[in-house]
Amino acid sequence: MNLMTERNLEKAVNDKMSAQGNAIKMQGKDVTVHYGDKQALFGVSLDVPEKMVTALIGPSGCGKSTFLRSLNRMNDTIEGCKVGGLLTLDDEDIYNPKIDVVELRARVGMVFQKPNPFPKSIFENVAYGPRIHGLAKNRQQLDEIVEKSLRRASLFEEVKDRLHEAGTGLSGGQQQRLCIARAIAVSPEVILMDEPCSALDPIATAKVEELIDELRENYTIVIVTHSMQQAARVSQRTAMFHLGNLVEVGDTEMMFTSPTEKRTQDYITGRFG
Amino acid sequence: MTDIALNPAAPASARPARRDIGLKRRYAAERRFKLYGITAIAIGLFFLVALMYSVFSNGYTAFWQTEVNLAINLDPKIIDPDNKRATDPNVLLTANYPILARNALAEKLGVPTTNKPAMRELGKLFSEGVRGQLRELVVANPSLIGTTQSVWVLTGADIDSAFKGQIDLTVDQTRRKVSDQQVEWMNKLKGEGAMSQRFNTGLFTYGASSRPETSGLGVALIGSLYMMLIVLCLSLPIGVAASIYLEEYAKKSRLTDIIEVNINNLAAVPSIVFGLLGLAVFINFFHMPRSASLVGGMVLTLMTLPTIIIATRAALRAVPPSIRAAALGVGASKTQMVFHHVLPLAAPGILTGTIIGLAHALGETAPLLLIGMVAFVANAPVTPLDPSTALPVQIYMWANEAERAFVERTSGAIIVLLIFLAVMNITAIILRRRFERRW
Ligand SMILES: Nc1ncnc2c1ncn2[C@@H]1O[C@H](COP(=O)(O)OP(=O)(O)OP(=O)(O)O)[C@@H](O)[C@H]1O
Ligand SMILES: [Mg+2]
Repeated sequence: MNLMTERNLEKAVNDKMSAQGNAIKMQGKDVTVHYGDKQALFGVSLDVPEKMVTALIGPSGCGKSTFLRSLNRMNDTIEGCKVGGLLTLDDEDIYNPKIDVVELRARVGMVFQKPNPFPKSIFENVAYGPRIHGLAKNRQQLDEIVEKSLRRASLFEEVKDRLHEAGTGLSGGQQQRLCIARAIAVSPEVILMDEPCSALDPIATAKVEELIDELRENYTIVIVTHSMQQAARVSQRTAMFHLGNLVEVGDTEMMFTSPTEKRTQDYITGRFG
Repeated sequence: MTDIALNPAAPASARPARRDIGLKRRYAAERRFKLYGITAIAIGLFFLVALMYSVFSNGYTAFWQTEVNLAINLDPKIIDPDNKRATDPNVLLTANYPILARNALAEKLGVPTTNKPAMRELGKLFSEGVRGQLRELVVANPSLIGTTQSVWVLTGADIDSAFKGQIDLTVDQTRRKVSDQQVEWMNKLKGEGAMSQRFNTGLFTYGASSRPETSGLGVALIGSLYMMLIVLCLSLPIGVAASIYLEEYAKKSRLTDIIEVNINNLAAVPSIVFGLLGLAVFINFFHMPRSASLVGGMVLTLMTLPTIIIATRAALRAVPPSIRAAALGVGASKTQMVFHHVLPLAAPGILTGTIIGLAHALGETAPLLLIGMVAFVANAPVTPLDPSTALPVQIYMWANEAERAFVERTSGAIIVLLIFLAVMNITAIILRRRFERRW
């Protein structure tokens, strides 16, 4: 069953530009992750180029989320999780004890698989981050940040009349875009997305994908996805994981047309996973 | 299968025979289970109704007290025979007020004051408590001396019981506590409208007394109020802080496991053990005053803490991890995450647990007996350091009294306690409804 349709491939080829020329924003070198005694990542080395979308693909349980979480140290919150190797943001070791996790997470935002707005109003959801980081000096600035973020997440038009109603009252797709707005409201440099569309219908998915494509102009994005079409549509670089190892990484176009590894080829064409 | 789908008109015999999947047995089991449930609830309800009926039928009369209306002449010759009240304030405090009431009653009933035996009988119609009642009146306003005041005075406890029909008047008068003469007077006063049942405010204001008609829950109410405040102010912050630390900050280790097990054990420790602990530590070691509501509150705090900690931890754990991840994901610190997101969501659960813990503490008796709160306290405590009693202890003390009037007071006090508990539980439910949010 070939997932890649002719049209998609063409789009992928046309849209994509080469990874060359973009500076490296984040970098992993020999990253290992243990959950207690169980090792989940076995020495992954991966560069994340600036202002591009990097897609992480691979069969379930291969460590995509684990790698993603180690990029903003969300792994710290998991009991018994240990991260080894080197991870950098702008050439700074993010696991250095001198690095403040709170600041790191303000620079590397995250959007989760399941939309998880706070049980507060739409406005409060977006305003929370800027508020705790003191990004707005007064109410007016805060309003501006909220509106801008919601516009960026192409949600503003839909919710402008009910900014003070519960964020949990939105549809699933709107909630996910709200979460994206919340993430960009703190002006992060990198946005991590863990299967952001897995709970959404095709129309909402299309909207989020469009949004990711726009966001790429200003942000560095790493996205985990199970959909090959999605990886092809939104990403410029693709990294293939398998059993806790990085199998192969390269330009999306190249990965989907002529992967060097047989495992990548098999996975992309749906022969396993 | 396909046959049927394609040709619905096929004869029934062509369809596959229905398998026996034990439906009958399953429905029978379901019906049986429903029956068990209904039986259990019916038994529970029966006992509840029986309890309520016995308490209310015994106790509702305690909220009314028989009083007699007297036109009392505040005769200065009796109150202050030597006319020294301007210089000696003790005169007004020690005056022989009951004589005034007796004379007023004698006049009303037309009994000559020279008839000593009749006067003695008559003196038992109203309560000795009249002394305090008139004293208060006169001390508050000495200019009343010399005037005649219409005052409702309490009747004696036995007259009260007889008036409420609780004493069998067909028995020979030598074998009951009210004489025929007194009953006659009682009926006469009743006919004139001078003796009737009035709302028993004394039940809520008087302290301990050997006379049922002047004993009330005043001291116990203040003591219980102080204790509840102390329990709330100590156990809520301590309990919530401990739970937040254990649940959100502490790394899982052998130590936290031991603490966890011990907290659960503490919740199961009999309350009397906490009383012994309070006696040994607070009173014998720290030399805090006996019978004080401060010590009672601290003992009850120890008892309530495990309940609150367990409820709070459960409430914190029930907050979905996705909310925590969301907060951390936008760069909230752990403390911000807890106080901005987790705690507000856990608040209904915490409040419910706290109120249930408080209600538990309100009804607790055994530990208070051990720290001496079972004392005879007549005067209302001003500070939590003064001796006082508590509602359940007062019930316990009254329950040990033999007089009929104390029996109804015991039930009356139980009603008051039950009302407090009901109010607290309803508050818990309302708070829960109010703050509960879906996510
Ligand atoms: N919190 C955890 N505790 C223990 N083991 C974990 C934990 N999270 C993940 N793992 C293990 O680490 C390995 C990698 O998991 P990870 O969630 O990164 O996979 P994934 O590639 O994201 O899978 P999926 O596509 O299904 O989300 C798995 O074997 C998983 O069982
Ligand atoms: Mg995953």
